[in-house]
Formats: sequence, C-alpha cells, structure tokens
Amino acid sequence: MRFGVIVFPGTWSDRDCYHVFEDVLRQPVSYVWHKETDLSRFDCVVLPGGFSYGDYLRPGAIARFSPVMASVERFAAEGKLVIGICNGFQILCEASLLPGVLLTNAHLEYRCQWVNLRVENDFTPFSSMCKRGQVLRIPISHHDGNYFADENTLNELETTGRVVFRYCTSGGEITPDANPNGALHNIAGIVNKRGNVLGMMPHPERACEDILGGEDGRLIFGSAMRVLTK
Amino acid sequence: MPVSKEVLDEIALSREEYGLIVQKLGREPTPVELGMFGALWSEHCGYKHSKALLSLFPTSGKRVLIKIGEENAGAVDIGDGQAIVFKMESHNHPSAIEPFQGAATGVGGIVRDIFTMGARPIALMNSLRFGPFDKLRAGRTDGDRNRYLFNGVVGGIGSYGNCLGIPDVGGEIYFSPVYSNNPLVNAFCLGIVDSAKLVKAKASGTGNLLLLVGSDTGRDGLHGASGLASRTFEEERELRSAVQVGNPFLEKLLIEACLELAQTDWIVGINDLGAAGLTSAAVESAGRGGSGIELDVLKVPRREAGMTPYEVMLSESQERMLVVARKGCEDKVKALFRKWDLEAEVIGSVTDDGLARIKEGSVVTAEVPVAILNEPPKYTFQVKKPAWITELQSFDFGALPDVSADDCNSVLLRLLASPDIASKEPVYRQYDHQVGDNTVIAPGSGDAAVLRIQGTKKAIAMTCDGNGRYCYVNPRVGGEMVIAEAARNLACVGAEPLAITDCLNFGNPDRPDIYYQLKECVRGIAHACRRFGIPVISGNVSLYNETRGLSIYPTPVVGMVGLLEDVSKRCTSGFKHEGDVVYLLGGMPWGTSGLAGSEYLELVHGKVCGQPYLDMDLEIGVQKTCREAIKQGLLHSAHDCSDGGLAAAMAESAIAGGLGMRGERSPYDVRRDVALFGESPSRIVVSLPPGKVKDFEGVVAGYGAALTRLGVVGGDRLVVPGLIDLSVVEMERAWRGGLGK
Repeated sequence: MRFGVIVFPGTWSDRDCYHVFEDVLRQPVSYVWHKETDLSRFDCVVLPGGFSYGDYLRPGAIARFSPVMASVERFAAEGKLVIGICNGFQILCEASLLPGVLLTNAHLEYRCQWVNLRVENDFTPFSSMCKRGQVLRIPISHHDGNYFADENTLNELETTGRVVFRYCTSGGEITPDANPNGALHNIAGIVNKRGNVLGMMPHPERACEDILGGEDGRLIFGSAMRVLTK
Repeated sequence: MPVSKEVLDEIALSREEYGLIVQKLGREPTPVELGMFGALWSEHCGYKHSKALLSLFPTSGKRVLIKIGEENAGAVDIGDGQAIVFKMESHNHPSAIEPFQGAATGVGGIVRDIFTMGARPIALMNSLRFGPFDKLRAGRTDGDRNRYLFNGVVGGIGSYGNCLGIPDVGGEIYFSPVYSNNPLVNAFCLGIVDSAKLVKAKASGTGNLLLLVGSDTGRDGLHGASGLASRTFEEERELRSAVQVGNPFLEKLLIEACLELAQTDWIVGINDLGAAGLTSAAVESAGRGGSGIELDVLKVPRREAGMTPYEVMLSESQERMLVVARKGCEDKVKALFRKWDLEAEVIGSVTDDGLARIKEGSVVTAEVPVAILNEPPKYTFQVKKPAWITELQSFDFGALPDVSADDCNSVLLRLLASPDIASKEPVYRQYDHQVGDNTVIAPGSGDAAVLRIQGTKKAIAMTCDGNGRYCYVNPRVGGEMVIAEAARNLACVGAEPLAITDCLNFGNPDRPDIYYQLKECVRGIAHACRRFGIPVISGNVSLYNETRGLSIYPTPVVGMVGLLEDVSKRCTSGFKHEGDVVYLLGGMPWGTSGLAGSEYLELVHGKVCGQPYLDMDLEIGVQKTCREAIKQGLLHSAHDCSDGGLAAAMAESAIAGGLGMRGERSPYDVRRDVALFGESPSRIVVSLPPGKVKDFEGVVAGYGAALTRLGVVGGDRLVVPGLIDLSVVEMERAWRGGLGK
C-alpha cells in the first residue's frame, strides 16, 4: 500500500508516521508538502499530528486552506483512504470532511499519556483487524481533543456506527474517569458517512513497536493495508 | 567622563569597566558601542566572575568533538559517524517576572543553540525550582505567587516544547523558600547530527554575506543580557519589557529550514540570536571566524517604526537566526527559506579588518575591534570559608531525637507526599514525552530517560540533577554529590556517562560568601568530573539570583548524558516479579552524615545543616557494578537512594511496579532516622531473580562493592520488620497527591 504523509508547516508526527510505514510496516511511503496537489500516486494519505500553523486562530483552521486540502477532498470522494491523527483529525473537521469539532480539553491542560480505546465498530477499513469491544492501548498527546458535535450529529454518528473508538477503562468500560479530555460520548475516533475517512485523537504511530510500549497501533494501519490487498 | 551613572547602571557596567573600554579603544565609545560592550561584557555573555573558575573543569575526552565555549553547544561522538550535541541554559530572571513567556523563550533559546549546529533536537529536559505553595512556610502572598510562577513556568515550557514536536523526557522539580520569587528555570536540549555535517557558528571568508532570518526585530528584550541576567532586581515591573515573547511555530519553521540548509554547501556558518541579540550573534561569529563584520541596521526588518541603531543591535526579539552564506549562494538560501514562508534579508558582509562596523545607511554608528568586544575583564577574589557554614556543619546530631519506631510509617508517608519527592506526573503529562518514537524509558519509569537511536542498537540516557541543600551545607562536597548522583542515575538504567552540561545558579558573586559557594561548588564538580572521567562540554552561569536580600541556595544543576551500546539491555526502577530478591548495593551510613541537608531533616525537624560525606571510590565501584549487572541481564530493577533515603527508594520501586516487598531486616544497625531516611550517596536498591543472585554476587565482588539483602518482592505491602508496614496503595496515594493541584 502506498502511503502519503502530508506535511503542513508545524506538523510534527510526519516523521513518526513515515518511520512506521517504512521501517515497521515496510510499505512505500512519501512525504507530501502541503502546497502539492497531486495525490494520484497514493492509496492512503495521512494527515499527521502537530501544530499546523501553530494552532493559531484554532487548531486546523488555517491548514484547511492549504492547496493540498482540495486534493484530499477529491481523494476522499474517490473512495480512497484518509487518516487524520490528532491535528490531522482537527484539520479534517475544519475542512468538513468529518463532522464536529475538537474543543480545548475540559481541564484546559495538555495531556500526553497512554489511554484505552474500545473498538466500537470493526467493519470499517481502519478497524477490521480488531474485534468489536476489544480494548486498544494507544497514547494521546493534545491540548484540544474534546470532541463536540450537536445532538443530531451525535445521534447520526451513534446510530450509523460511525464512532469507531471510544475512551474506556482497561476493562472496556466507558466512564467519565476514562475520558482524558471531556469528549462527548467519550469519542476518540470517528469515520465519515462513506467510511473511508478516519479521524482520531490518539496516536497509533506511537504504538507500533513493543519497545515503545505497545503494538496496538498496527491493528489500525494493518486494517487499512488489508483493504487494499483484498 | 561624559557618561552618567544612570547610563552605566542600565547596562550594568561599572565605572572601572567603562574606564577600561576607553583605555582599550583610545577614545570614548559611541552610544551604540557602549550598548554593545554592556551586552557582551555582561555576566550573562561574558562570564566575568566565573570564567577563571570554569577553567577548572575537565573539557576534553576521546569522544569530545566540540569543546565547551567553541560553539553554541558541545558535541560528543556516539559512534557510527553520529554525534550528539547538548546544552543546558538558565532562564531564571525572565521567568521570575513573566513565568509563562520567560520559561517558553528559555526552551526556544536552548533549542536554537542545538539546531544552529545542524543537529536535529530530539529531547528536552527541565530542572525547576520554586518557593513552596505552603502559605505557612512561604508566607501567604509568596505562597500564592509561587503557585502562580509554577503554573506559568510549566505552562510555558509545555506550550513551546509541545508545539515544536520535541519530546520533553525528564527533569527535576524542587521547592524551598529560598526560591520564593526567584524560581530557577534551567532548560536542556539535546540534538543528533551526522558528525560530518556539524555546522559552525562562524563568519569567515571576506565578502561572504550575513543574512538575518526569521522574526522581525522589535524593541522586546532590550537589555535582557545586561539588565535581567546580570544584576539583582527589586522592582520587577520596570523590567517587564526586557522579557521576550515567543512564537514556537516560527521556531519550528526555522528548525526545519536550517536543518535543510545544513545539508547544503551554501553556507559557512549559522548562529542564533539569543542574549544580546544581533550584537552577540554577529560579534561572536566574527570572533570565531577571525574576521570582521559590517552590517547596516537599516536593512534589518523591523517590527516597529523609529527604532534606533542601539535598539536594533540590542533587541532580543526571539526566533531569529544569522546565516553566513557564501557569496553567490544568497539567492538559493533565500529561496530555501521562502519555501518555509520565512524571509531572509542580507544585512551585511564578512570583512577582513577585524572590526565590528555597524552602519545606519551611510553613517557609521559603531566601529570596534571584535577582539576587544570579545574580551571582557575577568574577576577573581580571594575568599575564606564563611563562619556560618562551619556552624551549619558542626551541628550536633546527638541532640536530635531519633524517630520513634511507631512514627516510621507516618514519616515515610509525609516524605512521599513532600513536593520534592512526590510524583511529577501532574507536570510531565502536560509535556509530550513521546513524539519522535524514540522514548524507551519515559518519565516516571526509570532513574534516567532513555531514547533509542533509530537505525542502530544504541540508546542514549539523560538526567538532570542538582541539590541546593547539599551545596548549601557543603558547597565542595555538594558539587561532587551532584555529579555522583547524575552518574548514578545513568548507571541505574545501564548507561555509561559521556559528558555533562551545567547551569550554575548562584546569588550575587560580589558578596564574598556567594563567591565562596561558587568557587567551592565548581571545585567539587571539577574534582568529581575528573574522577569519573566525564568532561564538561557546555553550560551557563546564572548569578544574582536573589530577591530582597535573600540569596538562593548555591544550586549547580547538571545535565548528564550517557550511552547504552545495546538498547535491549536497559533497566527501569519498578519491582517486576513476585519472588525477586531485593538488595541494597553499596553504601554505608557514615555516622549521621546521611541526614545532612536531607529531605527528612528539613521536613521533620525544619533544619538544613550537617556535614555530608561522599566516598568517591565506593561510588565509582557501585556504579560500575550496577552497569555491569544490567549489561549481563541480571537485574529486574535498579533505583538509587536519594531524596528520602532508602525507605523512599524502596517505596518508589514498589509503587512503580505495583508490587510490595517483604523486608527481612533493617539494613543498618544504626539510628532509625539514619537507616531509613538518611541520604548517604553510593546506594542503589536492586531486584533480581533468585537464580541470578550468584552471578550478581560475582559482579559485586569484582568491583569491591558492598551488598545487603533487604527482602523479597511480593504482596501488596512494603514491610521493614518493626519499622515500616504500609500498603502500596496507601503509599501511592500519598506520593501521587503531593504536588497538589
């Protein structure tokens, strides 16, 4: 599977994603500068974490106007896979490729820690290697990960199975204490209607090697790879 | 002389120094020249009071590629054609005035020192000291302000470092009333680079061009070096304009652009604009290149109208770099920066006359030999040991009641909840400590942070250590103990020390007592570094840390970096398996010396006194034993005894592992307070499977270190017969809650 890692000014998980695709998953991967517009050589593009444009104004609010974003929209419309991680999730929301918005964490602080995620839907291209109800351990690192959407949107997400990951306890319970940022319904990751665009706050690229503390992130990237080899 | 006392005070030059300038120049300096002298001859840039002492440090070693003072930071070879570059720097005074921006720009400055050299910054650490939040100890107003300073500093470090995508992997935080209103904020950064691609901060090659890149120049930070960092200050508000405001996004762009530039052959040097701004960047670069420079302040992009040449030259606006481009390459350099939405302007050129010539259009406003600017006077004083230190050291511990057997549990819980010892997770969870995918021992899991080097089997370990109390009661031994503890922390993860960087935080050196502390601490550090064979490759000095006449403790802080040849052979601090045997490696109580300057003595008895003791031979043997045992894969955990003594060390290993320990005996047949809470150095609590005990004993015997069996890992309680019996959960609750909210 050919991965493209999009680099905005201020992006910083680009190198980690690149490392995982190249060194861990052994897939062809290239960086894509945000001023480029041709994504035709990729099967999957990743919008990585970081502080694009310094998060000035609002996370993702400026990056959505980068030239590459019109191409990402077309890429998604063609049914190809798009993964937004952390700041990438924020950008996808700002670009309306995903519904809702990521507000400042309810406790107003940055959080970098391992969290538990319950897989809510294992029929998406990003979770097919997981089992529904399975608990994944993946780190978060953000200041604005507090997912918010209006009542109707939330209902639609819930009833159509578009909530893919939810913050939970190690035993898989959805509790307020397991929620690291105040996200509504403990939402950590969602997909679009068509199911080919994923946005998630946790960083799967930090959880692909045992030496870093876990390998659950591989299930997410591995699922995406499986789609293409099918 | 025409110059007024007010003018000299503003730039912190003495009348004698002014006289020296006139004598060297053979004339009166112009206002711009005087400003440049004020900055470059400041304590912060010129090390007037410390340079003579710093020459005591060992600075070379077979791995040292760039020595202290040669560049913005030192560099050490780690094999495979790779080098690491690291430095620590203080931002105490700005943080005292405006904690958020003061700390943030401290991070920004130290990061620039690293990528200036072509190295990619891959790790940050911070050593922080504040006054207590406790209103009884600090006074009501100070307690609130200390909390405000703490929140601001932590927030500023997080906001800047997180935005850059550099993991913040470790550090230390201590509290004492002596740091009320004068927090210590020491920021460490480490970068990695192919040795062949190290970039120098020099200006050479007549006709080569000086380009200024990054932020526009404003009036912020005027007199940062000479004013803030180089004298005491009572009325903080007047100096608020001397604190700069950071823009981490711009810095991130500068990192990426400069690292890209470092791969080209279009440049001869890059220097960052830190303290004393354009003045020090240009003059330092010329000094290193053995050249002169000429620049035109009108070509410097400004943030505000009407700035004088003096203001342009002394502005400390953040996120600016000076690039020395080969003549003819300037357009390529500009294009590279433009890709990152950064503007680079040619502001001058390299000359061969050895002069720093500053022009405003066609008018020359300064023209001074670079050599004179770069040669500030050096001061040394003859000082005697102050009587009050002798008094502290001769404190009679015989008159101090021992802790009763019934009180050991509650004292241990109090120690664990002391902010100095308590979990720092409320702080480090606000810092991204994982970005980069290299952090294999993260904050809270080991005695030092460990980062793997991708593409190799190697890893590097790093730790920040200081102990103001030890240095206060005995500056010489305190200085030695700081080095010993840092090296011990590295030994506990299995790393061999490579080099150190240091921040020397002291009071006003014009006072003989303070100069004595500085001198003795430096001698202690130098002595220990020589004994361990660890060179000093970078550092800085922060003097005048006092407020309302109260000086801080002498607080040298070191950042020590070590190497693990095989990342799979590393060790963490928590107990791992039921049934593992727990030993105390090394160490003797040495009378009551372990109580000297200890956390226990201050917390329980409100005293900071005593005479600490360090046996350097034993220390070296203990560390070698620990490293060798980890290398042979014998140990499941290793954790050194420091703040709170042996009891705290056992408790911390139990909490980190979520496992108790069934103790078999008290380790020493001495006073209970000494045995449990004394902080004698050279001691490490280790756990290992019973099957490896024999091999371990062999390693211990080989290095002549002592070994005392303490007990067995297991259950959910920490038990030392007759003294301590506490559940791990209860200890963890105290430890996690200590820093408060």
